[in-house]
Amino acid sequence: MTRINRRKFLVYGSTAVGTSILLKACGNPDTAADAPAADGDAPAVASSDGDTIKVGILHSLSGTMAISETTVVDAEELAIKEINEAGGVLGKQIVAVKEDGASDWDTFAEKAEKLIDQDQVSVVFGCWTSASRKKVLPVFEAKDHMLWYPVQYEGQECSKNIFYTGAAPNQQIEPAVDWLLENKGKDFFLVGSDYVFPRTANTIIKEQLKAKGGTTVGEDYLPLGNTEVTPIITKIKAALPDGGVIFNSLNGDSNVAFFKQLKGAGMGPDKYPVMSVSIAEEEVRTIGPDFLKGHYAAWNYFQTVESPANETWVSSFKAEYGDERVTNDPMEAAYIMVYLWKQAVEKAGTTDIAAVREAAYGQVFEAPGGTVTMNPNHHISKTVRIGEIREDGLFDIVSATDGPVDPIPWNQFVPDTKGFACDWSDPAKGGKYKEA
Amino acid sequence: MLDGLINGIFNGISIGAVLLIVALGLAIVFGLMGVINLAHGELMMLGAYTTYVVQNGFKSLGDGMQDFYIWLALPLSFLVAALVGLLLERTVIRLLYGRPLETLLATWGVSLILQQFVRSVSWSLVFGVLTICALLFGGRAILNKFVNLGPRQKLANFLVLVLSAAIGIIVGRALNNNPVLEKPWFSARNVDVTAPKWLQESISVTDTLSFPAARIFIIALTIICLVGTFWFLNKSAWGLRIRAVTQNRDMSACLGIPTKKVDALTFALGSGLAGIAGCAVTLLGSVGPNLGGNYIVDAFMVVVVGGVGKLIGSIVAALLIGIVSYIVGSGTLVLILPSSDALQPLIDTALFFAETSMAKVLVFALIIAFLQVKPAGLFPQKGRSVEV
Repeated sequence: MTRINRRKFLVYGSTAVGTSILLKACGNPDTAADAPAADGDAPAVASSDGDTIKVGILHSLSGTMAISETTVVDAEELAIKEINEAGGVLGKQIVAVKEDGASDWDTFAEKAEKLIDQDQVSVVFGCWTSASRKKVLPVFEAKDHMLWYPVQYEGQECSKNIFYTGAAPNQQIEPAVDWLLENKGKDFFLVGSDYVFPRTANTIIKEQLKAKGGTTVGEDYLPLGNTEVTPIITKIKAALPDGGVIFNSLNGDSNVAFFKQLKGAGMGPDKYPVMSVSIAEEEVRTIGPDFLKGHYAAWNYFQTVESPANETWVSSFKAEYGDERVTNDPMEAAYIMVYLWKQAVEKAGTTDIAAVREAAYGQVFEAPGGTVTMNPNHHISKTVRIGEIREDGLFDIVSATDGPVDPIPWNQFVPDTKGFACDWSDPAKGGKYKEA
Repeated sequence: MLDGLINGIFNGISIGAVLLIVALGLAIVFGLMGVINLAHGELMMLGAYTTYVVQNGFKSLGDGMQDFYIWLALPLSFLVAALVGLLLERTVIRLLYGRPLETLLATWGVSLILQQFVRSVSWSLVFGVLTICALLFGGRAILNKFVNLGPRQKLANFLVLVLSAAIGIIVGRALNNNPVLEKPWFSARNVDVTAPKWLQESISVTDTLSFPAARIFIIALTIICLVGTFWFLNKSAWGLRIRAVTQNRDMSACLGIPTKKVDALTFALGSGLAGIAGCAVTLLGSVGPNLGGNYIVDAFMVVVVGGVGKLIGSIVAALLIGIVSYIVGSGTLVLILPSSDALQPLIDTALFFAETSMAKVLVFALIIAFLQVKPAGLFPQKGRSVEV
């Protein structure tokens, strides 16, 4: 009865072959090249043997924010690679543990805990949206750990456990408003997405306009992802019949709709110049330069900045990721924060959190966008620039501050925070103290 | 004043036209067939990506050509979306007729698959999937035709599935080593669809009155689609069959109408219209993997308010919603009300809602209130078919 006939042979034989092929496919080593970096709990190389330093990278690698955040991850990984090639930090190689926040703010908090407790990283580089930063902030404060945050934001925050390398409002929004008042007109219409950053930014702008003799003729907010902007365009036309300035803090898809329909309504940059604070080189490419040509954006860094440091950076970035890629402001901030952290560790001689924090104050780095300095208020001094969008999707820099602008995290135009400052180098002062 | 009025009406209609063209396909699929198709937005997205591909094709043809891409993009996006719709109907929806809850879940799953598909589609993925399909269906055909396994047939079929999946995965992975084949076609990034020059400008009628060309184009396109759909449903032989099946499926089947074919055709038609809508919205908004999500809620809103099963309901509902959200959102309401102390609270309320995100809140609230009064929508279906 145990005779194996042809049918059985066919069945069993193919099972065996199929299973083995499947196993081989799953265990294929070269497709899992990213695994050690991406998967945190794989090898316990880092902390134990002392030849490497573990750092955490916490960004959205999936979900709606992935488009923006993956570019920042690219910049951080490039910096880590460069540092490793140059001999590492304190003679040790940096190993990045990458975690996916998945555009979900609760996941960010979970992954932050995992990086700190399980992977025992020395520092975390991460977050993009203010919402995700607000969510991980209690985690870093409770565990007295350290987060470096690379994106321009609305200010009104100064945590002992976060270093902010993006622009504070006085390094982006306020200079942009000043420049517009001087060059483009006094009547402002404010457009933004409906969440914390645009609403806070517009509060600041309104106060600033009041103080400097401009007028806010109207404001409107679009739900995130909304693409119907006809009512807003009507309002702008009604409020500014002879033209005026539009200050735009829309985020994401709404920008595309806004600029396409603005052009469709015959409102060009000559009469209605738009100043944007969320549109950089990457975004220009997806909206289409046709619709943006002649409008403005305010940032600390543009790919077209002329400096040797920038030329080196842009060419090494393109060599690493491809010629068609562009560099932008958050990417630059992400790149320099890795270097600033490295310098602080070298000065401290250890990766101990408190020692590195102390050592970080006053660190100077020759960044692609100009010299930057870390201040005791955990923000960096950096140059502010206004760019006009060109046909090829890059920016003509039409205005730049003479040197780095010192950061002011607590806004001086908003009554609630007027007169407050932040200084973590002095234990008596801390995150929010009344300036004398 | 007159200009303002004309402008207001035009803007209301143009918002309504976008809503209508987006909802038209759904009105057929949901209205006539009763299928809750949550993948409708993703079919639109496929239309939009087809437009993107066609645009790039025309760009490579040389200068001046890209002003005409829209004429090819419209029929092609209809075709692509209709074909995907047909495939969807044959493989998923067909098995779930009369089970709305399961359809809802299944089509939502399909929408996620389609989104992820455009994010990660590359030549190696396509070749891998094609290999799996070819091996699976070819192997099954051979097995079932030439080899008689008797009771072991099922096991053998399963083994073919496992084997072809394994080989397909290996092929895909092997091709992944080639950077050209591995590169995603679109990636997760939004893509840039630039409207033809003549659709980017606005057309001025008088000094103070001008209309965006893209809006006029969409209104015209909506009217053409509407007329076409009406003609097809009311004048053609297949339209008659569709209406017959909608009214009484069993009786139609008895009379020799091929109901399965009718179902497939109806679904393909609805999907194709979604494709056209996708092509149209590229003129106004962004094109990315989650384009569908921006429109799907509005589309369902229009169909539900209009009344399931009636095209005329969708038309009226789309225009109403468009005009109301324009009047509220643009603050026109504030201008209409005469300023007097007695009306001050009313003016304050209008001012409070005169903001795009608040206007949306108000429109939704009005719809909820309206559905309390007329749960079946503006034009409820009457007659015996309602109970079925």
